[in-house]
Amino acid sequence: MANRQIWLLVAGLLLSSMIYLLWGLSGNISFILELRSKKLLTLIAVGGAIGVATILFQTISANRILTPAIMGFDALYILLQTLFVFILGGMSIALLPNSVVFMGTSGMMVICATILYQFLLKKDGQDLHVLILVGVIFGLFFRSITSFMQRLIDPSEFAMIQSSMFASFSSVDGFSLIISCILILTCLAVIFKHSRLLDVLALGREMAVSLGVSYIAHQRYFLIIISLLVCISTALVGPITFLGLLVSAITYHLAPKFKHAQLVSISFLLGALFLVLGQTAFERVLRLQSTLSIVIEFIGGTLFLYLVIRGRLK
Amino acid sequence: MINISNVSHQIGTSVILDDICLEIPSNGITAIIGPNGAGKSTLVNLIARQAALQNGRIAIDDLDLSSTATEALALKMALVSQSVGVASRIRVKELIAFGRWPHNKGVLRETDKNVINLALERFDLVELQNRFLDQISGGQRQRAFIAMAFAQETDWMLLDEPLNNLDMFHARALMQELRSLTDHGNKGIVMVIHDVNYAARWSDNCIGLQSGKLIFSGPTNEVLTPKNIKDLFKIEVSRVSCGSQQLFDHY
Repeated sequence: MANRQIWLLVAGLLLSSMIYLLWGLSGNISFILELRSKKLLTLIAVGGAIGVATILFQTISANRILTPAIMGFDALYILLQTLFVFILGGMSIALLPNSVVFMGTSGMMVICATILYQFLLKKDGQDLHVLILVGVIFGLFFRSITSFMQRLIDPSEFAMIQSSMFASFSSVDGFSLIISCILILTCLAVIFKHSRLLDVLALGREMAVSLGVSYIAHQRYFLIIISLLVCISTALVGPITFLGLLVSAITYHLAPKFKHAQLVSISFLLGALFLVLGQTAFERVLRLQSTLSIVIEFIGGTLFLYLVIRGRLK
Repeated sequence: MINISNVSHQIGTSVILDDICLEIPSNGITAIIGPNGAGKSTLVNLIARQAALQNGRIAIDDLDLSSTATEALALKMALVSQSVGVASRIRVKELIAFGRWPHNKGVLRETDKNVINLALERFDLVELQNRFLDQISGGQRQRAFIAMAFAQETDWMLLDEPLNNLDMFHARALMQELRSLTDHGNKGIVMVIHDVNYAARWSDNCIGLQSGKLIFSGPTNEVLTPKNIKDLFKIEVSRVSCGSQQLFDHY
């Protein structure tokens, strides 16, 4: 019975992918298919990574409302982009290959996030709520610095940053995509290997310690994996804050058992499904008259409100 | 034997435990009593390595807490803590299965299933085994957590106020169960208790804590006297004989 939901989601994802690939196919078919399949892969990778990262984050923070976005990741990403433009100038960024910019941004983000967590979690007994509060404050700080720097730079260079501030799936280059997919798959393999350990961590700090799991060490370990997943997806397409919350809420609702092997699979599939459906609606129904993040936040927000009103969320 | 030497604990500037030295014998039930804020839970949490030891040394059957791997300690002692809030939606049987983690790392074997079934029977949970933890009462949940600690099959069981939320019937049943675990299963049991009469009736040893200081410790029938109880709780009690049993009237 556990697998029924997963197979339904796989079927749904395949179906929506086919619709995305084949709807309105005319003209130079091989060119369009190549373009669309690259975008499709991006959508699936990014949606899945955000879904899984949110589930992991909620497990180790023992909270179902928080998402990695609260830790200020999107703010850090935009800050780094702004810093690049500010220091190197808009032209040199435009001349650099996309893959170099991508590797630079995601690498810097992983390093910054890891240093932050190592520093904050080093002391025993400092709980994650303090960390989250610090994350919120850092987020504000990053945003303030960013807007300050954006005021200082040239308006034409500002326009370059602005395009990276909204999620965009149309400008991803092939090399970055392949690297990202490999990294995401590695993260997923590690997570599945430790899925039972995650079940124990979900019992909370006290019980995990009593069962002989070194809670702090594992919390840090999974925080690094989370930051890696969020970094990759953010660096690839920009911030999509609402998706994770939406995916996790529905995942808990769908999963028959509280087992991370199931939760992680379902959240990956759901995240991917939402983005593919959203992008299809955005391209074919709204005729590119909006941005995907607005579509996602609109659909997600409506569904989320419905869940809250029906009392399905705690 | 649990050996506690020169253990002090501070939170900020307030002293929670002040230079505690004591030995808890391996067999039997040891009750920790004392007024609110005496440091009872802190002491239990320090033994269960829930908080880092700031000063002193704790050894459990010659395993020093600070130098023994946490996996090895999980095979030695199980903790049932006071604040048992589980965020995740899991069933009673699944919770008890988590008790087997130190032995099987999450892969259930035949022996594990037998232990889980035994725990369900001993703690009167067979009918509740497929209920979610948030669909049962506080007392039933308490029993589920104790059954989980039982399934961990350790030499020691630490319980922080296990009688909270339990009705008379189940409180008595739990004490009988713990009694039989220590009498027939050679388990050492350390528990925080609020009611002196439960300590008098069921425990072999008794530890009295007040404001972080050790007031007394020793065999229950020697240390649990009206004078000691008055020192500890600042109330007058009189000893009442009830059959062969010594109880205290504090009403």
